[in-house]
Amino acid sequence: MPQTLAPPAPAGPDTARLPGPGATPDPHLRELAARHGLTLSGARPALPEYSRRLWARRHFIGTFATARLTALYTTARLGQLWQVMTPLFNAGVYYLIFGMLLHTDRGIPDFIPFLCTGIFVFTFTQSTVLAGTRAVSGSLGLVRALHFPRACLPIAYTLIQLQQLIFSMGVLAAIVLLCGVPLTWHWLLMIPALLLQSVFNAGLAMVMARIGARTTDTAQLMPFILRTWMYVSGVFYNLSVFTQHAPAFIAAALNANPALIYIDLMRYALIDSVRASALPAHVWPMALGWALLSGAVGYVFFWKAEEEYGRG
Amino acid sequence: MADTTTLAEHTGIGPTTGAAGRPGTVPAPGAPADPPGGPDDRVPTVIADNVHIVYKVHGAGSGRGNAVSALRRIVRRTTTAGTREVHAVRGVTFTAHKGEAIGLIGSNGSGKSTLLRAVAGLLPPAAGRVYTDGQPSLLGVNAAMMNDLTGEKNVILGGLAMGMSREEVRERYQGIVDFSGINEKGDFISLPMRTYSSGMAARLRFSIAAAKNHDVLMIDEALATGDRAFQKRSEARIRELREEAGTVFLVSHNNKSIRDTCDRVLWLEKGELVMDGPTEEVVSAYEAHK
Repeated sequence: MPQTLAPPAPAGPDTARLPGPGATPDPHLRELAARHGLTLSGARPALPEYSRRLWARRHFIGTFATARLTALYTTARLGQLWQVMTPLFNAGVYYLIFGMLLHTDRGIPDFIPFLCTGIFVFTFTQSTVLAGTRAVSGSLGLVRALHFPRACLPIAYTLIQLQQLIFSMGVLAAIVLLCGVPLTWHWLLMIPALLLQSVFNAGLAMVMARIGARTTDTAQLMPFILRTWMYVSGVFYNLSVFTQHAPAFIAAALNANPALIYIDLMRYALIDSVRASALPAHVWPMALGWALLSGAVGYVFFWKAEEEYGRG
Repeated sequence: MADTTTLAEHTGIGPTTGAAGRPGTVPAPGAPADPPGGPDDRVPTVIADNVHIVYKVHGAGSGRGNAVSALRRIVRRTTTAGTREVHAVRGVTFTAHKGEAIGLIGSNGSGKSTLLRAVAGLLPPAAGRVYTDGQPSLLGVNAAMMNDLTGEKNVILGGLAMGMSREEVRERYQGIVDFSGINEKGDFISLPMRTYSSGMAARLRFSIAAAKNHDVLMIDEALATGDRAFQKRSEARIRELREEAGTVFLVSHNNKSIRDTCDRVLWLEKGELVMDGPTEEVVSAYEAHK
């Protein structure tokens, strides 16, 4: 090695030293760049332009979600059959513990449909949050290899979970009908409820994707937060039993829980013994409000760090 | 490593090119003042202005995963324990133009890949600026894409991610597979990418990226693992991309492939631009230095 370069870093020529924060960019080069329309590398596009690019990648999002979903079970011998069996086993375990051992089913007429709806709907949000946390940090190879709006990733992972949920809903419909609940026009309400929940989940996934991309410890912490959330969301018991006797503000807070709202809407749509009067007040506006709030906040929050994903 | 005086003689390291006295677009001392063709009728695609890149390396030193030291870090709100800064690129300035193929040479760890990642916008410069035309694409050796998906899915998803329409992907699919040569020895394209050899994976990645016309394409040793026939095909493709008025950057330790494809070479050593000029001149100087 040449002697001029041999000593450790600071002893190099002037260019080698890091200029202070006051150093200005070369005006000639800046002018040349401006004249030919060159832009600063790695700068994040404005929100409308970003949305336009995202829309242009919609086929990528769809194909990515389908490809991931089929790859998910390729190593399992039973393959895609697990998409049906996993929700069934989940429902079985919870029925054993809460229905048969702890008897939280008191006062709930159709307990099995009630329980399964709660589990499947909550699982949608839960697994989207978990998948969102790893959406960017788990796809670093792709992020570093190709340029595309990174919001594609959390949105695609939400879509994967939605496809999983649609499988689960097929299972759920069979369970509900087998338990003697009639098929009514109310079932069509599933569609707006699912749509709103998907937007809500996509927003959460984008928030978690940004946090998870920076702080890898989040993936370890999330299961605990999600479990707490599940226990306060009335998945295996009727939450109104508690809210009746609780102070007003606690009841209001519990009833505003978005997971509870989406679960209640789905129960209302599917099970005829769940009456509209049993739902929290203003349930549809709340469902819409949560979806818009989460979707908008998540999107902007994710976009704010667009240029940082894949760095380091 | 060879004798110590030749490099300084060849390249004139030492004279400062600080902010005040920096020569316009031709930065490195020792480079020709203005390459043939004149400076003004050419359209710049990448301008690097005194770029410095500093890596923060976590886990240097001891005790990163140690619970006690982790707690201490949290309590003191510092991340300094075991963090070290590496000044990988030190004040590099150059201007690349449309239709140029630029080789980057230098020994391992001289900052070539780091510089390209900054141009691609994947690493923020600690100081200085990089201006680019559009979004440069970087093809690296370790960009893994989606290992658990088949080669076929990777081709389709890669095309869609680069912004092609579904019809375009369908049209170009066969061309991409043929170019990569993955299916020459049987039906490998329908196997998951994790079963590919590193050479096969690198070939497929290059084929996917090269299927699109890039304004700026940067290839980081991605061709080194391919066999001779593939290298010939990719060199031809690089020439095509140049003719379509793109700019190609190529990092390689194979001086022959640099000579075959590039018309200009940047020589980096320890993060500094040692020489910038026509291929033959710079590569000869580099070889003489070795």
